Amino acid sequence: MSDVVLSVQDVSIVYHADRGDVKASNHISFDLHKGEAIALIGESGSGKTTVSLSFVDMLPKVAEITSGKVLFTNRDGKTSNIFEYSHEQMRDLRWKECAMVFQGSQSSFNPVLRIREQFLDTARAHGWNNKEEVIAKAIELLKFVRLDPERTLESYPHELSGGMKQRTLIALGVLLSPPVVIFDEPTTALDIITQRAIIDVLKEMQKELGFSIIFISHDLALAAELSTRVATMYAGAIVELGPVEDIFYRALHPYTLGLLRSVPRLSQANEELSSIKGNPPDLINPPSGCKFHPRCEFASEKCATKEPPLVEYEDNHQAACWHTEKVIEARKGLWD
Amino acid sequence: MSKSIMKLNNIYRSFKKGRTVIPVLKDINMDLKEQEYICFVGESGCGKTTLGKIITGLLKPSSGELIYQGKDVAKLKGSSYTDYRRGVQIIHQDPYASLNPTHTIFDILSFPLYRHKVVKGRKAAREKVSELLTSVGLTPVAAVIDKYPHQLSGGQRQRVGIARALTTNPKVIVADESVSMVDVSIRISILHMMMKMREELGSTMIFITHDLALAKYFAWKGRIAVMYLGRIVEIGTTPEITQNPQHPYTKSLLSALPEPDPDVTRRKEKIQLRSEDIPRLTELPPGCPFHPRCPWFVEELCDGEIPVLADVPDSDSNAKVACTPLTTGKGLNLYASTTS
Ligand SMILES: Nc1ncnc2c1ncn2[C@@H]1O[C@H](COP(=O)(O)OP(=O)(O)OP(=O)(O)O)[C@@H](O)[C@H]1O
Ligand SMILES: Nc1ncnc2c1ncn2[C@@H]1O[C@H](COP(=O)(O)OP(=O)(O)OP(=O)(O)O)[C@@H](O)[C@H]1O
Ligand SMILES: [Mg+2]
Ligand SMILES: [Mg+2]
Repeated sequence: MSDVVLSVQDVSIVYHADRGDVKASNHISFDLHKGEAIALIGESGSGKTTVSLSFVDMLPKVAEITSGKVLFTNRDGKTSNIFEYSHEQMRDLRWKECAMVFQGSQSSFNPVLRIREQFLDTARAHGWNNKEEVIAKAIELLKFVRLDPERTLESYPHELSGGMKQRTLIALGVLLSPPVVIFDEPTTALDIITQRAIIDVLKEMQKELGFSIIFISHDLALAAELSTRVATMYAGAIVELGPVEDIFYRALHPYTLGLLRSVPRLSQANEELSSIKGNPPDLINPPSGCKFHPRCEFASEKCATKEPPLVEYEDNHQAACWHTEKVIEARKGLWD
Repeated sequence: MSKSIMKLNNIYRSFKKGRTVIPVLKDINMDLKEQEYICFVGESGCGKTTLGKIITGLLKPSSGELIYQGKDVAKLKGSSYTDYRRGVQIIHQDPYASLNPTHTIFDILSFPLYRHKVVKGRKAAREKVSELLTSVGLTPVAAVIDKYPHQLSGGQRQRVGIARALTTNPKVIVADESVSMVDVSIRISILHMMMKMREELGSTMIFITHDLALAKYFAWKGRIAVMYLGRIVEIGTTPEITQNPQHPYTKSLLSALPEPDPDVTRRKEKIQLRSEDIPRLTELPPGCPFHPRCPWFVEELCDGEIPVLADVPDSDSNAKVACTPLTTGKGLNLYASTTS
C-alpha cells in the first residue's frame, strides 16, 4: 500500500477580479506522504495560501478551480477526490481528516466564547457529544502545547497573549486527530522566543501524533528547521520540489538560489547577500515563457517563450528551469 | 572614537492608561556617534519604537535629557529646534499607514522640501524629487512620481518612505522595522540602499528590528543594543553581541532563532527558559526583570537590586551587560554550574 495521504494533481485556480482573472494557482502537483512535513515557501502573493485553501474547500466565492483533482486517502485506505465531495463530506473532512490552522489567530476564535466552549462546539459539530471525553482530550492537547489547561479553558480569546492564542489554535486544530494538518504562517508576528516554543511543539506533536504537515511560510529558517521536503512557489506554480537538504544545499532553480542568497545567517560572520532584482509578477498578465525570466540572471531567449516543465533531475528532486547547469555552477561557494 | 552626535541621559518614559502608569522605558543611557550604525533589538513591546520616537522628537521623555550636538533638545527654540527636527528623521514601521493616501508621491516628497526650504519653486522641487526617487531605485521616475501610494507595491512604498526621510539630508536616521513588511526577495536591496545612503550622507543610522540576523547583517561594523522590558540589558559591537553574547537574555534570543541552514538549525543548542511568560510592564518583578525566566537565576541576588550596565570582568567581550552575577562575580559559581 502506498503511504500517500494527499495527492495533489494539476490543480489550477483563478480569482475573478475586477481587473481580470488572477491566475493564482497553475497546474500544481505534489504528493504528501504519511508523517512528512512539506514546506511551501515563496514570496507574498505566490499562491501558497490559495492552493491550500482548495484542499479544505475554503476558497472565497470569486475563486474558481479550473483544473485538477486532490485525492485523499482516509484511515481505511479509501481514496477519493476532495473536489467532488458533497457539502457534508467536506465539513467532516475539514476537521477530522484535514485541518487548517490560519495565520493571524485573532479572527479564528469566536470572541464571546470561552476556550472550553470552542473545543466543545468543534467536537459537537462532528458528532462527538461526550463532553468529559472532549475536555479530557483538550486538556491533554493544551498540556502538549505547554499551556496551563485549566486556566486556558476558562479564558476568553482576548485574555490570551498572541503566542498563547496561536498554541490554543494548534491544539484545537488537532482535536479530532486529523491525519493532515495545514499550518499557514504559524509563527508570523510572534516573538522569537514564542516562535521557538511553537516550533518545538509542532516538532514534538508530529513525532508523537504522527500526522502529515503542510506548512506555509516565507521564512526559510522555519522551513529549514521543520520540514522534510520543500516546495518553492513562484507566480502560482511550484518551481522546485525536493528533500530539505537538496533545496538548501543543492538548489536547482534560480529563484530558490536567489532566496537563499538573500537571507542573513547568524552563524556566518560578515557575509555577502544579494537581492533578487525586479518586482513580483502580475498574476493577471503574467510574463510569457518561464514566469521568472524577467528577474532571472540566467534567462535566455528560450526562457522568454517556452515555459519549462517541472522535471526530476535527481532522486525526488524536481525543478522547472531550462538552465539548471548554470544554477549548479552559481550555487558553488554559497555554503562555504 | 568618532564624535558624539546625540546623547541619551537617563531617559524615562511612561504612558498613562486610566489610573495606571505604564513605565515603558527606563534608565536609557547612550552615546550615539557620528556616522555609526546602531541597532536596537528586542521582543515586541520592549520599547524600541517608543525610543525611536523619542530620539526623533515625536515623543518627549517623561524625564531625562536628550542631547543633540551638545545641546539639550528640550531647551531648543526657533531655528535651532528646526535644525534638530530637520537633522533627525524617521522611517516608519508601517509604509501603508505612514504615507497619506490622498497625496501623490510628488506631493509627499515635495512637502518637506518646501517646509524646510531645501528648494524654492515647483521646477526645482520636481528636479529634487526625481533625484531622490532615482537614489532609492524608483526608476523610471516618470512611472512613479505622479502615482498615489496605493498604486505602488509594498517594497516601492517603503522606498518612498526612505526617500522622504532623505529630503532634509539628515544627520541621524531612525529606521523602525523598515524591511519587516517587504518581501524576503527584495529586503536586501532596500537594506543595501539604506547603507549606501549612510555612506553618501555620512549620517548616523539607527536600525530598529526584532530580527537579530538582519541586525547582524546591517550593523556588522556598528553596535547592537539588546532591550528587554524597557531597559538596555546588553550593548556592544555587533560581532561581540552576535558571536559572543554575555547576558542570559541575549544568549536565549540567539539560541531560539532558527537558521536558514538545515544542519545548523537542527544541531543548534537551545536554551530552556524557566518560564515563557513575559511579565507585564505594570507588574514587573523585583530586581532583574529577566530573573523569572532566566535559567541562571541566582536567588537573593537577581531578585534584589536592579542590575546596571557594566563591564564583565575577565571576559573576552567588551560589551556592557546588566546582570549582577556576571558583572560583580557574586553567585558566579552557581551560575557556571548551570551553564555547563
Ligand atoms: N479574493 C481574492 N480576489 C482576487 N485575488 C486574490 C484574492 N485572494 C488572493 N488573491 C491573489 O492571488 C494571489 C495569490 O495569493 P495568496 O494569498 O495565495 O498568496 P500567498 O503566497 O499566500 O501570499 P502571502 O505570503 O502574502 O500570504 C495574489 O496575487 C493575490 O493578490
Ligand atoms: N501611546 C501609548 N499608550 C499606552 N501604551 C503605549 C503607547 N505606546 C506604546 N505603549 C506601550 O509601550 C510598550 C512599548 O511599545 P513599543 O511600541 O515601543 O514597543 P516595540 O518594542 O516597538 O514593539 P514592536 O516590536 O511590537 O513594534 C508596549 O507595552 C506598548 O503597549
Ligand atoms: Mg498566504
Ligand atoms: Mg515597534
